[in-house]
Amino acid sequence: MSEQITTVEKEIPYTQVKKQSGAGKILKSLLRSKTGLVGFIIVFIVAFIAIFAPWLAPFDPGAMDVTKILKPPIWIDGSDPAHILGTDNLGRDILSRIIYGSRVSLLVGISAVALAGIIGLIVGLVAGFYGGIVDMILMRLVDSFLAIPNILFALVFLAVFGASVPTLIIVIGVTNWVAYARIVRSEALSIKEREFVKAARSIGVRNPLIIIRHILPNVISSFIVISTLSVASTIILEASLSFLGLGIQPPTISWGGILSDGRDYLATSWWLATLPGLAITITVLGIIFLGDWLRDILDPRSQGRG
Amino acid sequence: MLKFIVKKLLEIVPVLLIISFIVFTLVFVAGDPVALMLPDDATQEDINNLREAMGLNDPFIVQYGNYMLGVLQGDFGDSFRYNTAALPLVLERLPATLELAAASMVIAILIAIPFGIWSATKRNTILDLFVTGTSVVAKAMPNFWLGIMLILIFSVTLGMLPVSGHGTWQHLILPAITLGTGIGAEMTRLVRSSMVDILNQEYVRTAKSKGINRFFVVYKHAFRNSLIPVITITALQISTLVGGALITETVFSWPGLGQLLIQAVNTRDMAIVQASVFVIAILVIVMNLIADMLYRVLDPRIKY
Repeated sequence: MSEQITTVEKEIPYTQVKKQSGAGKILKSLLRSKTGLVGFIIVFIVAFIAIFAPWLAPFDPGAMDVTKILKPPIWIDGSDPAHILGTDNLGRDILSRIIYGSRVSLLVGISAVALAGIIGLIVGLVAGFYGGIVDMILMRLVDSFLAIPNILFALVFLAVFGASVPTLIIVIGVTNWVAYARIVRSEALSIKEREFVKAARSIGVRNPLIIIRHILPNVISSFIVISTLSVASTIILEASLSFLGLGIQPPTISWGGILSDGRDYLATSWWLATLPGLAITITVLGIIFLGDWLRDILDPRSQGRG
Repeated sequence: MLKFIVKKLLEIVPVLLIISFIVFTLVFVAGDPVALMLPDDATQEDINNLREAMGLNDPFIVQYGNYMLGVLQGDFGDSFRYNTAALPLVLERLPATLELAAASMVIAILIAIPFGIWSATKRNTILDLFVTGTSVVAKAMPNFWLGIMLILIFSVTLGMLPVSGHGTWQHLILPAITLGTGIGAEMTRLVRSSMVDILNQEYVRTAKSKGINRFFVVYKHAFRNSLIPVITITALQISTLVGGALITETVFSWPGLGQLLIQAVNTRDMAIVQASVFVIAILVIVMNLIADMLYRVLDPRIKY
């Protein structure tokens, strides 16, 4: 028995064994969680569509065709079989526009969250680890951002800098870091009191190294969970701004923008405003499912709740 | 209690200072509004005179100081679009926004409390699954889209309620549902998980085993205690509520602060933008303060 174990250890280095079983465990847990699996599949499909949009879209999303304006989706009378989800007021193919719209949603969603996450992580780690006056000043800044709805801050930034994809990413990133900062700070506060941090300090490890080597790895799982769920709220925020006409500007296609165009044709062509909203809802739902599942596997404290 | 309120009110000061500083800096960076205020055929001399008259040639710190002196007197400058002071314009729109926010909160509570309790007491039944499922979907829906779908169903198709506008209770229904649904969904999840925690506690079990009426156990023993975390987290939703109101107002042409603000952003009417940010920040802070006091009333264990 003991011989067998030693041979296994000889053949596969210990770390590798651990990694494999970790990945296997995650996969198993994903297959066991119905909503997690559904979320994963939705997110995978949306990402696939966004990446391969030029090959998947049946038409050029900007191509107008005045002979085919406001055609309904194929399951309704009077439709054009070439346009599965119908056409808009300029005869553009809705399916192709929704396919291309996924690109902006994911691009802005993921990049803005990455930016917000980095700012929040740094602020949270510094405030939580150093404490004192630094913590006080940073937390007052956090309070100030909390007193103002995200969308309002975003509106002020957009009023000043004008709208474009990069500005939008920066704007959302700069206005959304607060959630990370708060959570990372509270985790850092408790972790820095733990024995292994005290031990590191007592042997003279420098503070920045303690933060990177000892605190960071311990806050990373809650960080991943909030990041995932943040992508969902960021996609909604981007869509809202684009819907208001202050976010993504035409000719760049966004779901919020298509929805806004469709609003004027609500009485005659309901599908214009309905379908892009459905795309947003399904995508966000997938991300929420995935995030909730991640929270269950990464954060043991949340298990068995609700 | 008084000491607590005073302490909280003092905490507001640095927050407002930081907000004013950030917003002023942004506007400063944006460049001067003179070009937008003068007619197209204005000469360079006219522009310079106006810049000098408005103090736009002063250093940043002096401009910020003057600006803050104005703000302390309630003067955010004039809106160049309406040619009157910005603050009264903003305050004039505030009641409509508050009306919408209050109605939405009522709807959110009316959804969250019964459904949250119901699904907590009937855990893992079809009903519970339905409630939790619906609340996740409601959370995933962008509220402007929900608003448009409600208009499509109840106004355009069924003709039951007005598409937009303000005045009667019929006008209030759709916007309030639009804004209240997302918050109601979040609250339902909270009420449910909070109730589940509390229903498992010893004192609830004791009460049940004593043979006390089930209704009393749930409402008298468990519900009141489950409200504490709900109120804490609902207070965090206030910012979401106000943010959502800005968008909902645009969907329904509701004549509130949101509509004014979004117009101002479009026309770069910065005096209105600055005044709105201030008013909204104070609104959020005051509502948070009320929530803070409320849960202290509910839970006498919390010390001031």
